[in-house]
Amino acid sequence: MQSYLNILLFEVYRVLFLLVPVLVSVAMIVWLDRRVWAFVQKRRGPNVVGPFGLLQSLADALKYIFKEIIIPASSNKVIFILAPIVTMTLALIAWAVIPFSESFVLSNINVGILYIFAVSSLGVYGIIMGGWASNSKYPFLGAIRSAAQMVSYEVSIGVIIINVLLCVGSLNLTDIVLAQEKIWFVIPLFPMFVIFFISALAETNRPPFDLPEAEAELVSGYQTEYSGMMYAMFWLGEYANILLMCALGSILFLGGWLSPLNMYPFDIIPSPLWLILKILLLFILFALVKAIVPRYRYDQLMKLGWKIFLPFSLVWVVLTAGYLLYFDLLPTV
Amino acid sequence: MKLGRIFKTLLMVDFVTGLAIAIKEVFKEKKTINYPFEKGKISPRFRGEHALRRYPNGEERCIACKLCEAVCPAQAITIESKERSDGSRKTTRYDIDMLKCIYCGLCEESCPVDAIVQGPNFEFATETREELYYNKEKLLENGDRWESVLAANIKADNPYR
Repeated sequence: MQSYLNILLFEVYRVLFLLVPVLVSVAMIVWLDRRVWAFVQKRRGPNVVGPFGLLQSLADALKYIFKEIIIPASSNKVIFILAPIVTMTLALIAWAVIPFSESFVLSNINVGILYIFAVSSLGVYGIIMGGWASNSKYPFLGAIRSAAQMVSYEVSIGVIIINVLLCVGSLNLTDIVLAQEKIWFVIPLFPMFVIFFISALAETNRPPFDLPEAEAELVSGYQTEYSGMMYAMFWLGEYANILLMCALGSILFLGGWLSPLNMYPFDIIPSPLWLILKILLLFILFALVKAIVPRYRYDQLMKLGWKIFLPFSLVWVVLTAGYLLYFDLLPTV
Repeated sequence: MKLGRIFKTLLMVDFVTGLAIAIKEVFKEKKTINYPFEKGKISPRFRGEHALRRYPNGEERCIACKLCEAVCPAQAITIESKERSDGSRKTTRYDIDMLKCIYCGLCEESCPVDAIVQGPNFEFATETREELYYNKEKLLENGDRWESVLAANIKADNPYR
């Protein structure tokens, strides 16, 4: 009994060791997002709470905690309360397989990429549940749009991942990173990286694909009826998802924890820091895109996903596979 | 022409240009100010919180002509007057409902003796409605507090009246 308890406590400790930094960085990333957005528009952004306004998200979180949670009378209460919990949980559990260095990964499972793909596909349920249980027209429309959008772009993300997997020959995320020791996949698979980035924007409902929460049309989409801590949980889940997509992008294409050059000034930086730097770089790109692009129309969004990205990435799969087969470069499993 | 456009779309030329412009803008001078810590410049004509002024000898300027009460489009001003023992007409009551006021500046314009003026202060938010029903004491106190600024503003704006 005692030993079971010890194992359990050790596991909880390990999970907290990962989750607490992730949650803190989610708060920081919200600040960074607002700050970058403001800087592009020549504003100052949040700069009052704490040094450079770093604690702004903490202040916001405090405000959300003390706000009243309003549950609409006509809503389906169980599902209404469950929806933000589902969103946040799914956004956080995917972090379990992200490797921060060769040894530092919570669970080094063989089908890591499939796991992430499955979990991020489930993410749409949180949104659809929230939109449907609100029993109100704007959340419902937002949820429908969001579901359609996430399902469409998941298809092209899946095909893009197949490209990477063809070059690696393993579904394990650690193996994927180690396969990039010679050359990062961003160089041979650059078009796929671009499509992955754009699909990730759509997958996480970021501008220019923020149709589910298009203020001008849908108030704020599936979040309309939510308030207080429940809204904050949606918000945390959303940003945790964005971070996850950035992490996935850096692992699949930017060589994960590997340093760009395996020589003196670069290899003294510890490997988890490299991954964090790459995630930050991708996130700043996310934030910059938010500041410069107008929102897509719904039909344009669908057209881009199904008529351009899907065929293009499918053709690229054939090209990659053909190239690897012809030059006999297929990885041995 | 069409080929050029396809080429442009595939290479995302417009997007990359936009990104470059955005990164350039990041390092430019900010167009906003740190509001509560630094404040923007305010014109002498700025129509902010009201004040009733006095003459340098301490006598109230207001002669209870009630022009401001008559001109006020929001009917925010209420005046009652009485003859004082020295024979001059003075107000016994001068109320402004700051919640009704639309800050049009007509009271200031109509005043023949520059008694009622709108000062540069715009940060007088309160937590209750009652605090915004200004009476004569409050307005005179405002006048005493802002007198130097008010006088300077009236002087600066004088050539344009």
